[in-house]
Amino acid sequence: MWRVGTVIDLHDETSTARTITLEVPDWPGHVAGQHVDVRLTAPDGYSAARSYSIASAPNSEKRVEITVERLPDGEVSPYLTQELAVGDRLELRGPIGGWFVWRTEQTEAIQLIAGGSGMAPLMAMIRSRTAFGNTAPFRLLYSVREPEAILYRDELEKLSNQDRTMMLAYAYTRVAPREWPRPPGRIDAALIAEATWPSKLGPTCYVCGPTPFVEIAASLLSACGNRSEKIKTERFGPTGGKK
Amino acid sequence: MAITSRGFSGRRTPADVKLPPGQYLTTDFPVLSAGPTPRTALDKWEFTIDDGTDVLRRWDWKSFRELPAETITVDIHCVTRWSKLGTTWEGVSLDTLFKGIKTDAEYAMARSYGDYTTNLPLEDLMNKQAWIAFGFDDDDLAPEHGGPARLLVPHLYLWKSAKWVRGITLMHEDQPGFWESLGYHDYGDPWKEQRYQGD
Repeated sequence: MWRVGTVIDLHDETSTARTITLEVPDWPGHVAGQHVDVRLTAPDGYSAARSYSIASAPNSEKRVEITVERLPDGEVSPYLTQELAVGDRLELRGPIGGWFVWRTEQTEAIQLIAGGSGMAPLMAMIRSRTAFGNTAPFRLLYSVREPEAILYRDELEKLSNQDRTMMLAYAYTRVAPREWPRPPGRIDAALIAEATWPSKLGPTCYVCGPTPFVEIAASLLSACGNRSEKIKTERFGPTGGKK
Repeated sequence: MAITSRGFSGRRTPADVKLPPGQYLTTDFPVLSAGPTPRTALDKWEFTIDDGTDVLRRWDWKSFRELPAETITVDIHCVTRWSKLGTTWEGVSLDTLFKGIKTDAEYAMARSYGDYTTNLPLEDLMNKQAWIAFGFDDDDLAPEHGGPARLLVPHLYLWKSAKWVRGITLMHEDQPGFWESLGYHDYGDPWKEQRYQGD
């Protein structure tokens, strides 16, 4: 059940997030949005596993990329972002998940909303669309703490410059670039109205990020008239608010 | 044989804590849901038990809350690998709700506001194994955790404890619910690590 992947590349996306590229000889292929379970095992047999979204598009090279955000009190993420080296082998299980997925046969308008490292599975969707020459209109609203926290920044900029049907909007929660029109803050109804497809277009929406972010984004999308079965969510981390 | 991860020692749970295989301990309460959190006004809320044809029992919020409730302290285990120990809930036992219902159905489908479903053997809902919970930690159950009321079946992975539950349909033949038709295990016993189809 557990497959073995060899680390063939490591790339620091930000000061806390690292992309790991694995070559997995028996990889059966995946769909954008799916995740893998990654398992670490200590010399005495103790093991720990966590789930990570796949960031790469399906490909014929049997390669799987995950982007791992280092959690200060994490058990697995500090190892993956600081200890792991090219040539190391990792165990993984998957691909897993059949709900939060975008298939290349889909042609309807797509609204992606990412909070922080919730960008990873949405990046897999964007990369799949490009790799397969799909021209479904895509729109991304990406909320980050500060400009330095943007994952896949150059690739996103390049794509949205080249392709008018791939629209990109950033929102900043703590620090915005100079002369940015919107003061830093949480996403709100005005931003959703401005930076997402009108609900009458019937977009399928994919929202991924920390739990409080997803709660807000999904309810704002509903309030704008998007039907709840068209809003797919993936949440991670604690609730943040009161228990 | 597992591959050893060079330089990994891990952060272990205390030896006196026994967790199902592949789980780690958390003190947070993470949230997993497939879509937006449904908001159901209490004066619109209802809970029904049906046999696929007829409604056998029906409660509104007031009559539901007049049923005898229990305080339940249990460990919970999510398929995404976190476990939380000693959680305290308030809820109505399914034994109470099923009192007087005679059926030869062997399976049940829990149905939720927001159209989530999950299937379980009916016997897993009986005999002090399952509750409709409306309170958590001395407070109302928060919407993101399934409030106003959710199913609580702590001996199975937590996706079986349907949030925002609105009813139970009795079935003679097993049918997959939402996650079960998307690759997750039909039964979901954490101690047997039944996460995905084929486990």
